Amino acid sequence: MLCSNTEEIPGQQIVEFYGVVTGSTVRSKHIGRDILAGFKNLVGGELKGYTELLQEARKEALDRMMDQARSVGANAVINVRFGTSSVAQGAAELFAYGTAVRVE
Amino acid sequence: MDLLIMFSSPLFLLLLGFFIGIRLESNHYKSIRDRELEMRDLVAINFSRLPLDIEVEKAEMVTGSVVVSLDYFKRFLAQLRAVVGGRIKSYEPLLDRARREAVLRMKEQALANGHNRVINMRLETSRLANSRGGGKRTAGVEVLAYGTALSVREKS
Repeated sequence: MLCSNTEEIPGQQIVEFYGVVTGSTVRSKHIGRDILAGFKNLVGGELKGYTELLQEARKEALDRMMDQARSVGANAVINVRFGTSSVAQGAAELFAYGTAVRVE
Repeated sequence: MDLLIMFSSPLFLLLLGFFIGIRLESNHYKSIRDRELEMRDLVAINFSRLPLDIEVEKAEMVTGSVVVSLDYFKRFLAQLRAVVGGRIKSYEPLLDRARREAVLRMKEQALANGHNRVINMRLETSRLANSRGGGKRTAGVEVLAYGTALSVREKS
């Protein structure tokens, strides 16, 4: 499964469009991570727990998007975009969307 | 008990933030500069196609992200600054560090998968709210860098 955020996959020809596919996940961090991040907030710097959490969540959103693309018979997703929205206190939604296509 | 009061006093937190925060920041900047120099050959552009006529062998999407936060001392400075308004110098290096780090991580992923160009790079920033404190206190800022990594070869 190819994935790209450009309007075409360089070096490949688009032969068919299948429309927009999306994938999303809603995550929250557990209280332990919150407390650790609270301590880290005193000295500043990277909050590794949150970085990992968001990376995992984003990967999951991409995987779901690609599953959907696979189910409509595509072999690539182009023009992929990411979005984030906070739905509730301490929880975030991460979504990815793109256009499912068949390339050769 | 006295010790507990001392460790949670604002003055102690300010000093802790000031000394450790400055150290962490300068170490981080040093590491960013070193790695940027190392990865100078991997060019990332924000065009959606390569402006040169070269052959592309494979393409893949790469991402890099980082969550960073300010230290207690700088947050305090920023709050003071907000009273009179104007440029908040203590926040600027934070976002700069985060963006450069995110781009570096994206490039690291591209390098690890054997690519030598990144096109259509995009940067996104979002604020993480702390679930405690009514979501008003910012827990950090997330910066995401993503783009399409390419393996290219000069046309012979």
